[in-house]
Amino acid sequence: MNLHEYQARTLLKAVGIPMFEGDVASTPTEAEAVARRIGGTVVIKAQVHAGGRGKAGGVKLARNPAEAADEAAQILGMTIKGLTVHKVLVVPAAEIATESYVGLIMDRETQRPVFMVSSAGGVDIEEVAARTPEKIVRLPVDPTYGLFPHQALRLAFVLYRDFAQVKAAAKIMEQLYTAFVNNGASLAEINPLVTTPEGRVLALDAKVVIDDNELFWRPDLGVLRDDSAEEPSEAAARRANLSFIKLDGNVGCVVNGAGLAMATMDLVKYYGGEPANFLDIGGSSSPEKVINALKIITADSHVKAILFNIFGGITRTDDVANGIVAATSQFKVNVPIVIRLTGTNEVEAIRILEGVGMRALSDMDQAVQQVVELARGAV
Amino acid sequence: MSIFVDAATRLLVQGITGREGSFHARQMLEYGTALVAGVTPGKGGQTFEGKVPVFNTVDEAVRATGANTSVIYVPPMAAAAAVFEAADAGLPLIVCITEGIPVMHMSRVMPFVRSRGVRLIGPNCPGLIAPGVRAKVGIIPGNICSAGRVGMVSRSGTLTYEVVNHLTRAGIGQSTCVGIGGDPIIGTNFIDCLRAFQDDSETDAIVMIGEIGGTDEQNAAAFVKQHVTKPVVGFIAGQTAPKGRRMGHAGAIISGSSGTAEEKLAAFEAAGIGIMRRPVDVVALLRSRM
Repeated sequence: MNLHEYQARTLLKAVGIPMFEGDVASTPTEAEAVARRIGGTVVIKAQVHAGGRGKAGGVKLARNPAEAADEAAQILGMTIKGLTVHKVLVVPAAEIATESYVGLIMDRETQRPVFMVSSAGGVDIEEVAARTPEKIVRLPVDPTYGLFPHQALRLAFVLYRDFAQVKAAAKIMEQLYTAFVNNGASLAEINPLVTTPEGRVLALDAKVVIDDNELFWRPDLGVLRDDSAEEPSEAAARRANLSFIKLDGNVGCVVNGAGLAMATMDLVKYYGGEPANFLDIGGSSSPEKVINALKIITADSHVKAILFNIFGGITRTDDVANGIVAATSQFKVNVPIVIRLTGTNEVEAIRILEGVGMRALSDMDQAVQQVVELARGAV
Repeated sequence: MSIFVDAATRLLVQGITGREGSFHARQMLEYGTALVAGVTPGKGGQTFEGKVPVFNTVDEAVRATGANTSVIYVPPMAAAAAVFEAADAGLPLIVCITEGIPVMHMSRVMPFVRSRGVRLIGPNCPGLIAPGVRAKVGIIPGNICSAGRVGMVSRSGTLTYEVVNHLTRAGIGQSTCVGIGGDPIIGTNFIDCLRAFQDDSETDAIVMIGEIGGTDEQNAAAFVKQHVTKPVVGFIAGQTAPKGRRMGHAGAIISGSSGTAEEKLAAFEAAGIGIMRRPVDVVALLRSRM
């Protein structure tokens, strides 16, 4: 789960990481009030889950509170990469001496949290990593012991020569590690970590991504989710416990299992079609899940045909068949449905479907070819 | 023969009285697996299906029954603790089926199991099955598998079943099918399985089912090139997946430009691994190489 910058700031502030003051605003009036409190020139930053906010006109300078209100009015409601801006962050336009990068990620290869620091901050770190990887210093942390003081110092010395700044940065490394662990993050990033002309070390921008698996037992983090920042169909799917991602094609896919769901999308493409979505209905599938899945897929007007691809292991294919029958009797599905099912209780499933005049295929390739043709014919 | 499990496997189920645990314990028993014990704290003294004793702790179960393998079906928040318990009791093989374990938990589990010399398979995996010795540890349906000489390793569940089903129907049996799991941090990776299959005298060819995200398949391809003399064929799921989105499995995500299907298929190609464009291609590709 991605957090907005203002939410990430709150988590990092909570562990004591020094930051410029600032606050979030949902209206121009609120933005004006924050700007007045801060005083001087401020920066108004759109809060959306999209990179390149500046280029899209979502980051603006305002020299006084009245300008802050005007700029906020421009930014609030604007669309950046398909996402509407509902909130802005107002922070001082501070004078900056240096910019560095400090990031902490859960690394797959070393299987532990890894610090990445670079004195080349304030820019896209992926670009730095691709072009000049030697400018990034990496340090894996053993989670059994946490970040040792000498490791924090080593990282800080990568960034600064002045020992007062080194000590300040080392403390920030330790605080960032604490925030990372306490919040079950898979990424916590300060970009940039800046020094002011007077020599203070502060975090200017923050990014935090929370591991979705933490949310079941961390309702305090769950409430940070911003439904309005998601594709509406994806938010609806998440509430129905379905793993769903919307794509641009016209073949709707309902599959059990993530790997098979991806392979099904790939096969649609292989036979000349375009998948409309990724959808995994999971292992033990109740008819309810099938009904929700069909509702979400049919809400997309681009979908011209729907494919069910079910390999019954733990999933009982008769449960899925019952779901299809229940859904199609509850609401009218206006596009053709192709059903492929095989495995657990398939005889029963086929009997259920035939009872309402539907038929099922047992071969995945045959079903995909058929649904691609139907989608094409309907265009 | 088989890898990781064999005729000497004596299985223990952690979470045997739960909904998932009891369902799959029954399936494993029916398949013929030597299921010798179950563990659920507070339910010690009960008997599962009239023949499997249930214990309060893994340690107690191991001492009483000589169990040497554990399979874990406990809920996500207790799963890491279950792995620690099994490793602490000295079990050399632990298979964790549970999906949804926080990655932070796994990053603490891994140094511990490594320090004990334990092999962990999973989490978020379907487990493994060796049809020739009737050993099923996990949730892979026994009826779609058949005994034979092809080794299978996969990050997926149902996609594995799809491919195994093609093999079985074509008369190509399997020595062992291993599901290594779809999480970012897992105990056993492709290379571990490839090495074991290469060393297994009763495996003649290997099928690898990978997916987008991470670099495990790329590392495995490099390993194949250097160390594997048996024919290998492979599939990568997620060629149509968008960047930056988690495709169901926590580990199936393209980060930046790394972990794409193209990158992985190129690595396969460079290592001489036969590339399956479709799951069904497994049969023809294997026949042409065996």
